[in-house]
Amino acid sequence: MKLTPGAVITEPGSTTRYQTNGWRTFRPAVDSGKCTGCGLCWLYCPDAVISRGKPPGVDYRYCKGCGICANECPAKAITMVPEERG
Amino acid sequence: MVARVMSGNEVVAYGVKLSRAEIVPSYPITPQTTIVEQIAEFIANGEMRAELMRVESEYAAMGACIGASLMGARTFTATSSQGLAFMHELTHWAAGSRLPIVMAVVNRAMAPPWNIWADQQDVLSQRDTGWLSLFCETNQEVLDTCIQAFRISEDREVLLPVMFSLDGFMLSHTSEPVELPKQGDVDGFLPESRRPPLLDVDHPTTLFNVPVPEQYMEFRHWIEKSMDAARRVIPKADREFKRRFGRGYRGMLEPYWLEGAEVALLTAGSVCGTVRDVVESLRKRGEKVGMIKLRSFRPFPSEELRRACEGLRVLGVADRACSFGMGGIIFSDVSAALQPLNVRVLGFIAGLGGRDITHRDIWRMFKRCIRAIEVTPARAIEWFV
Ligand code: SF4
Ligand code: SF4
Repeated sequence: MKLTPGAVITEPGSTTRYQTNGWRTFRPAVDSGKCTGCGLCWLYCPDAVISRGKPPGVDYRYCKGCGICANECPAKAITMVPEERG
Repeated sequence: MVARVMSGNEVVAYGVKLSRAEIVPSYPITPQTTIVEQIAEFIANGEMRAELMRVESEYAAMGACIGASLMGARTFTATSSQGLAFMHELTHWAAGSRLPIVMAVVNRAMAPPWNIWADQQDVLSQRDTGWLSLFCETNQEVLDTCIQAFRISEDREVLLPVMFSLDGFMLSHTSEPVELPKQGDVDGFLPESRRPPLLDVDHPTTLFNVPVPEQYMEFRHWIEKSMDAARRVIPKADREFKRRFGRGYRGMLEPYWLEGAEVALLTAGSVCGTVRDVVESLRKRGEKVGMIKLRSFRPFPSEELRRACEGLRVLGVADRACSFGMGGIIFSDVSAALQPLNVRVLGFIAGLGGRDITHRDIWRMFKRCIRAIEVTPARAIEWFV
């Protein structure tokens, strides 16, 4: 990548080339039986990697495993599972 | 050209108006001075087309400066002491983002204990942020440096923010006659800034990115290279200014009466005027003394300083600030720069918190330096308390 003064990136959307899944130690696993489809996980995911649905879809190329979705889910439908077992 | 009697604060406001700054984010409460008040008046009277943006703190002021400068606007702010310290994280941010912001710093002491008077601890504590840092001796120089600062900062080879200093009260609240150039002449010296905005919804960019260790160092190296470029750009801007307006300040430092001098005193800011007086009277008595006025602290004019000091035996450095545990801040830089020369460097710390640096003090500094030609002094650094 060409470096520019001030580290400005002029190509929009290039961040999709940076897959943040390497940061993850726990992955969110959705229990489709418990999910009510409320969409709160979709709303709260700071990386916008959850797509709406019942159950929601998680894009594991970018999910960094922060666990916010699991924390916010009112139906306790999301469990954070260690990567080595997941 | 018109001459008016004005305080340093008013002079800054005129400089900013003449430079056609477009946005002035500022925090209006102490330690702020009347600089932004005067700018507000210009705007209210319709004499200046700019936006004065009132914010909730100096931190926010610098944040807003960064945003405005990213929009490509010519941006100015002013602050002092604690206010400047509060900006510190963002002064790094402004320089790292390569934004040509210009800031006036009215040099005032750091608290505690509270003190609002002249002292350069505030500006010298910003040493390593990547800002250019210029000092002024008179209110006329304040005006001229303000106009030059925009040109230097916006130079494509520099693209770094510039802070210029005027000593609290000694300049900021003291009235002196100042010649105001015509708007058209300033426009000729300082063309409209035409940087493309970086914040543009039609051409989105990603700012403040995270370069990995394999990349980060390059950005820092570029700042240093731009400082090198500023070493050429500052004197060039000053020469060009002199050509147009008849006043110049010798670029980054001014050697004063160094012909045949064995001893000189280096200092920055308003005290240079007093040193000139003392040099004159000592010369009349046959003492071989001179002065070096430091105009640019960052970039530091090491090469120019070595050239100026070639014939000297002793150089005294009067600092209006201290790096506690080491000594004068300018003294340290001077010592490092003069390391290849056989010149003894003595440090004097004086005039903190608005204490006057009197003719007598400077006389004493010169005496110490003259003595040091023959006798190694017991201490290299002395406090004039
Ligand atoms: S763990 Fe974090 S990043 Fe991954 S889907 Fe949940 S909220 Fe999004
Ligand atoms: S927050 Fe829980 S219940 Fe709601 S959509 Fe997400 S997984 Fe389903």
